[in-house]
Amino acid sequence: MFGKLTLEAIPYHEPIIMVVAAFMAIGGAALLGALTYYRKWGWLWNEWFTSVDHKKLGIMYFVVALVMLLRGFADAIMMRTQLAMAAGGAAGYLPPEHYDQIFTAHGVIMIFFVAMPMVIGLMNLVVPLQIGARDVAFPFLNNLSFWLFAVSAILVNISLVVGEFAKTGWLAYAPLSGIEFSPGVGVDYWIWALQISGIGTTLTGINFFVTILKMRTKGMTLFRMPIFTWTSLCANILIIASFPILTATIALLTLDRYFGMHFFTNDFGGNMMMYVNLIWAWGHPEVYILILPAFGVFSEVIATFARKRLFGYKTMVWATVAITLLSFIVWLHHFFTMGAGANVNAFFGIMTMIIAIPTGVKVFNWLFTIFRGSLELTSPVLWTLGFIITFTLGGMTGVMLALPAANFVLHNSLFVIAHFHNVIIGGVVFGMMAGLTYWFPKAFGFTLSEKWGKRSFWCWFIGFYVAFMPLYVLSFFGAVRRMQSYANPEWQPWMILAWVGAVIIMMGIACTIIQFWVSIRDRKLNADLTGDPWDGRTLEWSTSSPAPFYNFARLPEVGDIDSFWSQKQRGNEQLDEAPYTDIHMPRNTVAGPVISFFALILGFALVWHIWWLAAVGALGVVVSFIARVFNEDIDYYVPAAEVARIERAHEKRKTSAPSSAASDREQTNYVEARA
Amino acid sequence: MATDTLHHGAASEPHEHHDATGTKVFGFWVYLMSDLVIFGSLFATYAVLMKGTAAGPTAADIFELPFVLVETFLLLFSSFTFGMGVLAMNAERVGQVKAWLAITFLLGAAFVGMEVYEFQHLIHQGYGPDQSAFLSSFFTLVGTHGLHVTVGLVWILVMLVQLSTMGITPMTRPRILCLSLFWHFLDIVWICVFSFVYLMGVL
Repeated sequence: MFGKLTLEAIPYHEPIIMVVAAFMAIGGAALLGALTYYRKWGWLWNEWFTSVDHKKLGIMYFVVALVMLLRGFADAIMMRTQLAMAAGGAAGYLPPEHYDQIFTAHGVIMIFFVAMPMVIGLMNLVVPLQIGARDVAFPFLNNLSFWLFAVSAILVNISLVVGEFAKTGWLAYAPLSGIEFSPGVGVDYWIWALQISGIGTTLTGINFFVTILKMRTKGMTLFRMPIFTWTSLCANILIIASFPILTATIALLTLDRYFGMHFFTNDFGGNMMMYVNLIWAWGHPEVYILILPAFGVFSEVIATFARKRLFGYKTMVWATVAITLLSFIVWLHHFFTMGAGANVNAFFGIMTMIIAIPTGVKVFNWLFTIFRGSLELTSPVLWTLGFIITFTLGGMTGVMLALPAANFVLHNSLFVIAHFHNVIIGGVVFGMMAGLTYWFPKAFGFTLSEKWGKRSFWCWFIGFYVAFMPLYVLSFFGAVRRMQSYANPEWQPWMILAWVGAVIIMMGIACTIIQFWVSIRDRKLNADLTGDPWDGRTLEWSTSSPAPFYNFARLPEVGDIDSFWSQKQRGNEQLDEAPYTDIHMPRNTVAGPVISFFALILGFALVWHIWWLAAVGALGVVVSFIARVFNEDIDYYVPAAEVARIERAHEKRKTSAPSSAASDREQTNYVEARA
Repeated sequence: MATDTLHHGAASEPHEHHDATGTKVFGFWVYLMSDLVIFGSLFATYAVLMKGTAAGPTAADIFELPFVLVETFLLLFSSFTFGMGVLAMNAERVGQVKAWLAITFLLGAAFVGMEVYEFQHLIHQGYGPDQSAFLSSFFTLVGTHGLHVTVGLVWILVMLVQLSTMGITPMTRPRILCLSLFWHFLDIVWICVFSFVYLMGVL
C-alpha cells in the first residue's frame, strides 16, 4: 500500500534532525496559523500563487531562495563545526552517514534552490522591465516554472524528516549513486527534486529567450539592450542547451535504479565515466548560467553609481557571448584524472584558460567605468567592489586548477572547495545581494536600509576570507574534501579559523534579516515616490515603484543605449501626450500550482515506490494540463480609463516627493561635463 | 511550410499585440531544439554503450530490418498526411483538417503499436533492457522516441476535440502549427534512429 514507506522512515533516533523538524513544524504552524487568523489565504492564492505577473513571480522566487539559504547555511555551519571538532581521528558530533547527507544537501540546495532561483527571480523581476515589455512571452509557463521549482524545494525538505537524502555528493556520481551502492531513498529524492525543478528551469530558459528576442519595445535593437538583459539572454541560451542534458542524465540514472538497466553500472557493459561526462556537460554551463547574470548586475550597478555609461559596452557583450560558447567546451576539466590522455587534457586545459580572457575584458571594463566616474559607495557598489577583488582571486585559482599537471595534485582536495566558493560566493552571492539591494525599490516601492546592507557586506566579505583562505592552506597539507574526520591534529587551528569565518558569514545573513526588518519598519521614510531612486539609466526606472502590473502605460521608445538616461539629460519633456489605450493582459491561472501539486505527489510516490499514488500524480499532471488547454478565458483588457487613473495617482505621488533626485541630477550633469 | 502558414496567420490578424502565433511557433521551435539536446544525449550514450553487449546479443542479432522499414514508412507517410492537414487548415477547411489528422493518428498509432510489439518480442526472447548496456541504451533511445510519438497522439486527439468545439481560431491555429512541427521533428529523429541504430547495427 505504501511501497517502501514505513514509520521507520522517520529518524526518531537522530536528535538533531528531530529538533530541526520540531522547529520547522512550529514555524510552519505559526505561519499557517497567522495566515488563517488574518484571513490571508484568499489574498495569497489570488494575488500571488496564481499570479502570472513576472514581478510577483520574481519576488516569490526570492522568498523561497532566502528560506532555502537558511537551510543550506545551517548545513554549512554544521559541517564546519564538525570539522572544527573532529581532529586527530575524533568522531565529532555528526556520524558519517549524516555528515554525507549534509554535504550533499548543502551543495544541492545552494546551487539548485538558492543560486538558481535568485538568478531566475532577478531575471523575472528585471528583464521585461528593461526591454520595455508588459510581460514575458508565455506568462502561464512562467507561473508553472516557478511552481515546479517550489514543489521540488518542498520535496528536498521532506527528505529531511521522511527518509534520508543522498549521501553521494551534490552530483551523485555513478556507480555510487546506483542501486547497488545506494539502496536507500536518498538518491531518489535527489533524482525527483532535480528532475522536476530542472524541467521548470528549461521552460524558464525557453520563455525568457523568446521574451528577449520577440518582445523588445520599439527601437530597442540587440545592441541597445541593457547588459543585464544581454547576460540573461546568454544564460537562457545556456539553459536551453544544457538543462536537457541534465534531464536525460538523471533519466538514465533513474532507469538504472528503477528498472535494473546498465548505463552506469560496473557490470553488464555499463560505463560510469559516461555519467561523469554527461553530468558535467550540463554542469559546467550551469556555472555560467549562475555567473553571467551576476556579471550583468555588476555592470548595471557600476554604471549607475559611477554616473557614467558602461565602459566598452560592445566588448562586454562580445565577452559574454564568448564565455557562453566556451563554457560548452571545457567540461572535462572537472575530471582530468579520469585518464583521457595528455592530448585531451591539454585541449580542455587550454580552453579553460582561454575563458580567463573574456572574463579579464569584463574586469577591465568595470574598472575603467569606475575610473574618472564619481563612484558613490552605496551597498550595491560595495558588493561590486568586493566581487571584483574576490572573483579575480578565485579566477586565478581556477586557472591553476586548469593546468592538468597541477590538477592531478589538487583534484578532490580542499583547494577545489576553496576555489569554487571563491567564485560562487564572490561572484553569484555578491551579485545577487547587489541585485537584490539595487532592484528592491522597483519591486516594493521603498529602498533597503543602507546601514544594515553595508554591515551585511562587510560580514560576508571578511567572513568569506576567514572561512576559505584556511582551506587553500589545508589543501597544501593534503586535506581532501568530504571527510568527516581527520587524523592530523595540526590541521585543527585552521579548521577552527574556518569555523570562525562561517560564523562571521552567519552574522552577515543576520544583518540581511535585520535589514529587511528595519527597512519594512521604515518603509514610509524610505519610500521611492519617483520610481527612480538611484538616478538610473535603463527603462525599468522610467516607471513607478512598485511598477504597475502592466509595467508601462505607454510602451517606451528607445533610441540609444541607456535611453532613459539620455531622455533625462534632454530634460523631462512631456512628449507622452498620446491618450492611454486599453492594455491586453494575461489572466491569473490555477493551472500552475495544480499541475505542480500533482508533480509533487508523483515525485514523492516514485521516491517511495507507491505505484498507485504515482499513477494518481501522473494522471493529475496530464489531466490538469489538458484542462488548462481547454480554458479559453486566458486574457483580458485593462480599460484606458483605469490606466489613466493609476498613472494620475503615480504622478501625484511623484510631485509630492522632495526633489532630491533632481538635485542629484544637477550634480551628475556636472560630473558628466567634467568627464 | 510552417513559415508560409506563419505569414498567413500574421496577415489575418491586424492587432499586433493580440497575435501571438509568431511568438508561440518560435517558442515551440526553441523547445524542439532543447528536446533535440535530449535526443543528442541519448544518441551519444548509445554510441558509447553499443559495444557493451556483456556477452548478450549484438545489434545484428536482434534487429529485423524489414519490420523496421514498415515502421519507418508508416511514420514518413504520417508526416505527409499531417502536411496535407496543415494545407487544409490554410484553406480554412475544418472538416478536411480533422480527416487528415485522424489519418495521421491511425498511422502514428500503428507505428507505436509495432514498436510496442518489437519491444515485447525482444523482452519475451530474454533480451530485455536489463540484460546489457547495449540493450539499455537501445530501449531507452527508441523508447524515448516512441514516448514522444505517444504524446503526439494524445495531442492529436485533443486537437480533434478542439477543432470540433472551437474550429480554426487564433487559439487552435498555432497549436496545429506547433503540433505539425513536433510531428515532423519526430520524423527527422526517427530517420536518425533508423540510420544510426538499425541500419548501422545490421549492415
